[in-house]
Amino acid sequence: MTTKTIMAGFGGQGVVLMGTLLAHGAMVEGKHTTFFPSYGAEMRGGTANCSVVVSDREIASPIVNQPDCVVAMNIASLNKFESRVRPGGIIFVNSSLIDRRVERDDVTEIRVPANEVAESLGDVRAANMVMLGGIVKKTGVVNLETLGESLEKVLSERAMGLIDLDRQALKRGFEEVA
Amino acid sequence: MRLEVDDLKKVFGRPESLSDKPNMYCPGCGHGLAHRLVAEAVDALGLKDRCIGVASVGCSVFADDYFDFDFVQAAHGRAPAVATGIKRSKPDSIVFTHQGDGDLASIGAAEMLHSANRGEMITVIFVNNAIYGMTGGQMAPTTLVGMKTSTSKLGRDPKVAGYPVRVCELLKDLEGVAYLERVAVNTPAHVIKAAKAVRKAFEVQDEGLGFSLVEILSQCPTGWGRLPKDAVDWVDDNMVPYYPLGVFRDVTAKEQK
Amino acid sequence: MPEDRVLMKGNEAIGEAAIRAGCTFYAGYPITPQNELTEYMSYHMPKAGRAFVQAESEVAAINMVYGAAATGARAMTSSSGPGISLKQEGVSYMCGAELPCFYANIVRGGPGLGNIAPAQSDYFQATRGGGHGDYRVIVLAPSTVQELFDITMLGFELADKYRNPAMILGDGILGQMREPIVLREPVEYDPGTKGAWSLGNSAGREKHMITSVRLAPGTLEKHNMKLFRKYKEIAEKEQRYELTAVDDAEVIIIAYGTSARVAKSAVAAARESGDIRLGIIRLITLWPYPADIIREYADKGARFLVVEMSLGQMYEDALLSVAGKTDVSLLAHTGGGLPAEEEIIETAKKVRASDGPVEVFPEAAE
Ligand SMILES: Cc1ncc(C[n+]2csc(CCOP(=O)(O)OP(=O)(O)O)c2C)c(N)n1
Ligand code: SF4
Repeated sequence: MTTKTIMAGFGGQGVVLMGTLLAHGAMVEGKHTTFFPSYGAEMRGGTANCSVVVSDREIASPIVNQPDCVVAMNIASLNKFESRVRPGGIIFVNSSLIDRRVERDDVTEIRVPANEVAESLGDVRAANMVMLGGIVKKTGVVNLETLGESLEKVLSERAMGLIDLDRQALKRGFEEVA
Repeated sequence: MRLEVDDLKKVFGRPESLSDKPNMYCPGCGHGLAHRLVAEAVDALGLKDRCIGVASVGCSVFADDYFDFDFVQAAHGRAPAVATGIKRSKPDSIVFTHQGDGDLASIGAAEMLHSANRGEMITVIFVNNAIYGMTGGQMAPTTLVGMKTSTSKLGRDPKVAGYPVRVCELLKDLEGVAYLERVAVNTPAHVIKAAKAVRKAFEVQDEGLGFSLVEILSQCPTGWGRLPKDAVDWVDDNMVPYYPLGVFRDVTAKEQK
Repeated sequence: MPEDRVLMKGNEAIGEAAIRAGCTFYAGYPITPQNELTEYMSYHMPKAGRAFVQAESEVAAINMVYGAAATGARAMTSSSGPGISLKQEGVSYMCGAELPCFYANIVRGGPGLGNIAPAQSDYFQATRGGGHGDYRVIVLAPSTVQELFDITMLGFELADKYRNPAMILGDGILGQMREPIVLREPVEYDPGTKGAWSLGNSAGREKHMITSVRLAPGTLEKHNMKLFRKYKEIAEKEQRYELTAVDDAEVIIIAYGTSARVAKSAVAAARESGDIRLGIIRLITLWPYPADIIREYADKGARFLVVEMSLGQMYEDALLSVAGKTDVSLLAHTGGGLPAEEEIIETAKKVRASDGPVEVFPEAAE
């Protein structure tokens, strides 16, 4: 099985960390994985996105044209990537910042109030982790516990102080999604 | 022809020499302001039809899109050489380069120095933001001592990276240079001065007096990791003390500084 | 074993491998998409007590490497197309002076400033030497982050062994992507092994001279023939490649780097669906070009399909290798375009259906 995900948001929403953590978790579970960021002038204008592929076989290209899942942390990302998801795919919507619904009817929409949940935990910066908790609940790409452990390897020294918060956020996001 | 500062009243309209393309600069970036000052000067002096711009490599690589006159895009650091070729082949044209500090003072240091020394009748608009913006915030030759960048994570250490290059000071004794001024664009008062400097530089070229360069201390909120409003203060607090503003050479002045 | 793996970005994997290979000197200049390598070295080289210089230009960087290599250091630089073009001066001098070094080209789209998307269009530049004079550079083409790491360590060895520059021809995808890798143990590097020719500490010995100038009549010809014999030896001994499913293949793909990754998946997918029996010769050295293995299959009448992210550059070497014995087809992309699995399979089926070679280029956009 192969799961291709595009995650997108504005700079500062921690999209790259979200993707890196997912790829790290997949690695720890012995899967093939690739992570690919947007780079260079593409990032100008404050948006960031990355592609994560997790598979039980070798991965051809880390670049994802037709994802199984799109994660939209802000409205611009939803506008940009909604049309790219494969029919039958999933769109994760940060409902704290995105009012509109997904327009396509051949995909599943999962709404996660990521900012609100993170704020209730005391720090809106953990919204990315709330979202990731929701993603793994719905897709089962990797286990929640693995992500909790991977945080230790993936967080920068500066962010290590937030590790407990991030773990909580992962868990709350996991619970948030049916 | 001398024009006075109150010609700046057009500030809120789009100068004829600017195209209607929206620019791609980050909010609070100084490059766009520099373009506007050039366009205003070119319009005010009536040079538009003779003007040829040379875009360099850096965040301003698409400068050719933002102006409404002829333009050529040059390799990294080579804009003054390209400008030399243009001016020598078409001496009645008004030629200027728009270059960042990495482009001009690092890889293009030789072209900068020698075009100045030959007294090429070109104008260089030098945007000094103390960092490599386009490539994601690496140390530039102009990065201040102690400043953290992605290739000086512990802060610029002059023992291994040398001290920041002061371009105007470096060029001021070259005989070929006709006009040299360092300005800033972080406050309205500075912008007014900068506009005057840019206009003067083009006048000097038009009069065939020699090489002219205006160094514009410029904000790069993205590369500095600062909010635009803090970046504006950072120019005054950190850049201006090391890079003093003022005229460094002016062959039209009776008494030189 | 998975717990031994780390998730690493390609550019950083090159840097870490270089440090573990005993690289003692790195000079570089920023350029996308290889910046993370220069950034990695700016922090980790000084931390390891090695020298890092952010050069004022790529010309300066390669000439710093020339100087460092002359002292026996394991020296390295890296860049992308526009910067690699500037480095050709130093590379040519180092080949002439028989100095080893290692460098990486994380290729982006050209010509000129082009774009920053992944590409393979610097193939000619890399495999034909790139600068002036009669010389060759060892060109290695990894296709995973693990291989970027391993090949960097190998590259330093090969460079030293043959006293010649060796390089990685990567691309923006390989440089930017993260993948799990296993880090190899550091090697002990002893610059003393180059004492017979390197500069410095000259007490008690004849003076050493490193030069590429040979003006006296006949001396350059003699020297170049010495280089030529060395290149012949490299060409005989160092051809590297990986074979997958070639023996019963209806069409054998020839590819390297990122296009080989996609092609390998196409091979697996086509085999699974039963669409067409594909195989692949994945090139690991581009110079020397693995001509011998290609010739071997050409002799057996194999039909080939070159898949590359450039407009028929590597194709020419494949044609030279088969020397007219069989046909070679081409699927080419350029300017950042990537081949897709389905496209490779479709093209291969076209090859099977046709009597002669097939050439497929990207749709000309209006
Ligand atoms: C030969 C070559 N080397 C490196 C680069 C990569 N590069 C692009 S822009 C740039 C520097 C930009 O910095 P600066 O000139 O200060 O302009 P800014 O982006 O800050 O405005 C570099 C190194 C290139 N395009 N060509
Ligand atoms: S990175 Fe800096 S120089 Fe470049 S556009 Fe943004 S603010 Fe301007």
